[in-house]
Amino acid sequence: MSDIVEKTLTALPGLFLQNQPGGGPAAAKASFSSRLGSLVRGITALTSKHEEEKLIQQELSSLKATVSAPTTTLKMMKECMVRLIYCEMLGYDASFGYIHAIKLAQQGNLLEKRVGYLAVSLFLHESHELLLLLVNTVVKDLQSTNLVEVCMALTVVSQIFPREMIPAVLPLIEDKLQHSKEIIRRKAVLALYKFHLIAPNQVQHIHIKFRKALCDRDVGVMAASLHIYLRMIKENSSGYKDLTGSFVTILKQVVGGKLPVDFNYHSVPAPWLQIQLLRILGLLGKDDQRTSELMYDVLDESLRRAELNHNVTYAILFECVHTVYSIYPKSELLEKAAKCIGKFVLSPKINLKYLGLKALTYVIQQDPTLALQHQMTIIECLDHPDPIIKRETLELLYRITNAQNVTVIVQKMLEYLHQSKEEYVIVNLVGKIAELAEKYAPDNAWFIQTMNAVFSVGGDVMHPDIPNNFLRLLAEGFDDETEDQQLRLYAVQSYLTLLDMENVFYPQRFLQVMSWVLGEYSYLLDKETPAEVIAKLYKLLMNDSVSSETKTWLIAAVTKLTPQAHSSDTVERLIHEFTISLDTCMRQHAFELKHLHENVELMTSLLPVDRSCEDLAVDASLSFLDGFVAEGLSQGAAPYKPHHQRQEEKLSQEKVLNFEPYGLSFSSSGFTGRQSPAGISLGSDISGNSAETGLKETNSLKLEGIKKLWGKEGYLPKKESKTGDESGALPIPQESIMENVDQTITKKDQSQVLTQSKEEKEKQLLASSLFVGLGSESTVNLLGKADTVSHKFRRKSKIKEAKSGEASSTHNMTCSSFSSLSNVAYEDDYYLNTLHDRGDKELKTFSLNSELLDSESLTELPLVEKFSNCSLSTPSLFADNSMEIFHPPQSIAASVAKESSLASSFLEETTEYIHSNAMEVCNNETISVSSYKIWKDDCLLMVWSVTNKSGLELKSANLEIFPAENFKVTEQPGCCLPIMEAESTKSFQYSVQIEKPFTEGILSGFIRYHMMDTHSAQLEFSVNLSLLDFIRPLKISSEDFGKLWLSFANDVKQNVKMSESQAALPSALKTLQQKLRLHIIEIIGNEGLLACQLLPSIPCLLHCRVYADVLALWFRSSCSTLPDYLLYQCQKVIEGS
Amino acid sequence: MIKYFLIVNKQGQTRLSKYYEHVDINKHTLLETEVVKRCLSRSNEQCSFIEYKDFKLIHRQYAALFIVVGVDDTETEMAIYEFIHNSVEVLDEYFSRVSELDKMFNLDKVHIILDEMVCRIVETNRERILAPLLILYVRNQAW
Repeated sequence: MSDIVEKTLTALPGLFLQNQPGGGPAAAKASFSSRLGSLVRGITALTSKHEEEKLIQQELSSLKATVSAPTTTLKMMKECMVRLIYCEMLGYDASFGYIHAIKLAQQGNLLEKRVGYLAVSLFLHESHELLLLLVNTVVKDLQSTNLVEVCMALTVVSQIFPREMIPAVLPLIEDKLQHSKEIIRRKAVLALYKFHLIAPNQVQHIHIKFRKALCDRDVGVMAASLHIYLRMIKENSSGYKDLTGSFVTILKQVVGGKLPVDFNYHSVPAPWLQIQLLRILGLLGKDDQRTSELMYDVLDESLRRAELNHNVTYAILFECVHTVYSIYPKSELLEKAAKCIGKFVLSPKINLKYLGLKALTYVIQQDPTLALQHQMTIIECLDHPDPIIKRETLELLYRITNAQNVTVIVQKMLEYLHQSKEEYVIVNLVGKIAELAEKYAPDNAWFIQTMNAVFSVGGDVMHPDIPNNFLRLLAEGFDDETEDQQLRLYAVQSYLTLLDMENVFYPQRFLQVMSWVLGEYSYLLDKETPAEVIAKLYKLLMNDSVSSETKTWLIAAVTKLTPQAHSSDTVERLIHEFTISLDTCMRQHAFELKHLHENVELMTSLLPVDRSCEDLAVDASLSFLDGFVAEGLSQGAAPYKPHHQRQEEKLSQEKVLNFEPYGLSFSSSGFTGRQSPAGISLGSDISGNSAETGLKETNSLKLEGIKKLWGKEGYLPKKESKTGDESGALPIPQESIMENVDQTITKKDQSQVLTQSKEEKEKQLLASSLFVGLGSESTVNLLGKADTVSHKFRRKSKIKEAKSGEASSTHNMTCSSFSSLSNVAYEDDYYLNTLHDRGDKELKTFSLNSELLDSESLTELPLVEKFSNCSLSTPSLFADNSMEIFHPPQSIAASVAKESSLASSFLEETTEYIHSNAMEVCNNETISVSSYKIWKDDCLLMVWSVTNKSGLELKSANLEIFPAENFKVTEQPGCCLPIMEAESTKSFQYSVQIEKPFTEGILSGFIRYHMMDTHSAQLEFSVNLSLLDFIRPLKISSEDFGKLWLSFANDVKQNVKMSESQAALPSALKTLQQKLRLHIIEIIGNEGLLACQLLPSIPCLLHCRVYADVLALWFRSSCSTLPDYLLYQCQKVIEGS
Repeated sequence: MIKYFLIVNKQGQTRLSKYYEHVDINKHTLLETEVVKRCLSRSNEQCSFIEYKDFKLIHRQYAALFIVVGVDDTETEMAIYEFIHNSVEVLDEYFSRVSELDKMFNLDKVHIILDEMVCRIVETNRERILAPLLILYVRNQAW
């Protein structure tokens, strides 16, 4: 009672407001509530949807008038809101009322406010823009002295709240955790749970407070905190093992009836709380004997106590069984749990039977004998009139399928499939059948027929992996070649019979599978000639019900068969008909076929029989066209510019405002759509050009850097060597220099003239007009393109090597023969090789360059030592060269010459990566082990070199690494040495990949060796790894940076004070590049763009800006933790040095 | 996770709907009709749990009203089944024998009650669920 008095007193101000209108509202209230009533009655009375729509539209328009009328009181507004909720519930749009709902929550008295909040939570969703308007109200109410208002605000926060505004309310809500009223504490915990759901990293710091909530004296608060714990433990159970005891104690108290009686539900103490606790225990005890032992007692008691014959006790039992089977097993408990399952399964109550089946499905893999015990019930359930029960039974059977029972089970599944019409069920079951068929097929005929059934029923809804996997299986075959051929032959035969049937329609996907198989493997037939197969395919091609995608598959099959058919009228007819097809794709294919058909010899070489599995080398860079392009350019053709670039140039020439959105707050005109330095320089000139039109660009125009950094042919190596941090851009100019030195020199002369001139604006105008259509620029562009493509190509080939489990895409399959066509036709070994070389070389150039830059700046480390680390084959020569390069060149011509010589020397080197110094990790009198890290592009390579110091031979020295939680460690081949000669050194290489982001990790292992057949000795060692070891430069263009930037949600901003030694941006960025391996994409005046990636491929972008001696860092990434970590590192590096 | 909480009558008219995960308003009607169709097609001999797309529907009938809760596979069906009954008991207590009309005319109150109970299953103690609503309305009428 005193509670209510307290609350009413605190609410007095709100109540006065409500009282003011006097007698008026009574009448209004009556009319409004009856209006809701009449609306409801009216709708209930209606018979047709059409009438309902009319009525609601009427209602909505009258509501619209009312809510926007200034005379509407808040009380009326409240009634309107309820009616609006009603209309929206029926599916009619009432968005005009959203803003009024927010207003009501803001202004109303308690009840009106509550309805306002309610309407907001029903109308809006998390990312709705209007939701931001609610934040202020929430903040105000959280600070209110009225508990009811605080309560409401917390309720709405726990339902719906904009993620980015969490910091605004977080401290307020944290305070509420200490509130004296349980309801406030409980709701605060729930609000934090919501935050944990939508932005876990924002509430990380209050984990201790969650623990307090767990120990709260009030049951409700404790129960609410379990939601957070369940979620956190699901993500990482190892961090909460210490709480197991607490959870067990709580559960013991609940089960023992220690809670207040009002928490009982049908005399069962807090059943949902029990269920929640059991779930948590199940997660904690998984695969952990020690933790599991703590909970055996309480689980036993739960199983015993839950004997009451009530539904909710069954729910608890079910959860209990689940937990018993999840944790480390104890036979006594398992027995009891199995008995429980028996009770469920044999129950006449259908809901319990369902639960029993579900429990069986869960435990069957651990205890298949249980299935035997209940086999009769299972069989009964299989023919149960309730399809849901049947479905659950099939799920159970799916878990116990083996090579013996596969035919029966698949048969049952197919039967069910034929009756079911639900897409989701079909997709799911078809996937399972395909999986079982692939795993356990007893023979070819059965396999093909089952897959036929899968394709015809699953049709176009099934997962695309199914046909892909099937085709891959056919193509790659197993170990036995004759078996494979039989399988293929059987498939071909069965498809031909299927196609012979009249008036049967097959799903498109099935037809595609058929056409691929027929195209590849018809040659296995002896009876039917390829011409006959072609005739059948032709018939399908002329069928209108076949989609155009399938038709391309069909025509591909025909093309593959044509060389085998020698001469066929059908093919000519087909060519004739489809070369005039309106479908461009079809026409293309038909023309290809036509040309190939004219040259039979080429065709047979292009489309060899049964070669679908061989890897193709695809020259995606189209480098074979380089000659053609060069010729075109030399004859004065304008170089190719991408569409956006052309548009931009047009815009800048017209001096029109750029209406395109800026990717970032800083000027973006300089780097939109740039791929190469030349492009960038052009861009910055253009931005200068258009600068007169926009304020933003004026900023970039004033950049001092621009003149120094960029020259006319795109880049001034002279300046660059001064600033020295443009290494990502370095290789490309070298390329251009190598290819047309003469041209560049002349260009350089011009550019020098330009650089010397003082009037920036004029110069830039001139430059931009000069740059349009420059020959050299296009070369650079081309090469830049080749660079990126060659990277892609490499990655692709890597994927190919590792493809094993991966489904190769359908398109690869279809087009395999086709792409070989274009390849063999044009592919020139020479070009391909150059492409490779170029790729390698550029990679090398980059890593070496950055290494060189490192050495240049790190004065404390002698240059020579650095270079010896590189283990180059010709270190001295190389060092010389590079030394010269990175001194400011005396004359441009000289520098060009040197650069080209440098470039050529690069050509001879093998690929090298940056690596750390060797560090001794352990030693004894016989051996010493030192390790160093090689930061490879795709992984961290740990090398342990073992030196045998003794004069004796060591037998079977072996090095092993303990499995580590966060890493995946793979041994590189050639690591085990049977015999280690005296005083020799051997190295062991392990590639380390990161599995879970972490900050610091330890990798440990041991070396074991036998000395001269006597005793074996063992030596342990460990190495520290930091996340930095897995950070790699991410080489992207500024344009890509802009795109990526917008697509990342996690961002972190911080200002860092720079130390005196590096007050300028370039030097600060250089430090970041050297120490953290960030890649500098571009520097525009006082802003810099950097990018890196966390292996295997989590990108992180950084934007820096300098104000006086403060560096503003702004990180964005797709990973939520990475920016924080990098920020910390950057701070360390920049403030520390 | 509870995805939505629906109350529909035998004619398939929605009496209350609350979505705990955003669903576009245009899809509400479609989803509700589908769900109702499925629930109505079930007989007493069939179990109260239905699979619909990738979530489960748990339904319970009270006279002419169906209460349907959509959950994902992390929830135990039977627990939700009883939770439905718990919510009905709470409504019963507040409205003293709840009827379909009560729900229709007091849409806001039913929602407020539900808000106390669900976002996961957050409160099952009857008195605690009703306390905030009682404070709001008792006072409102007193003045």
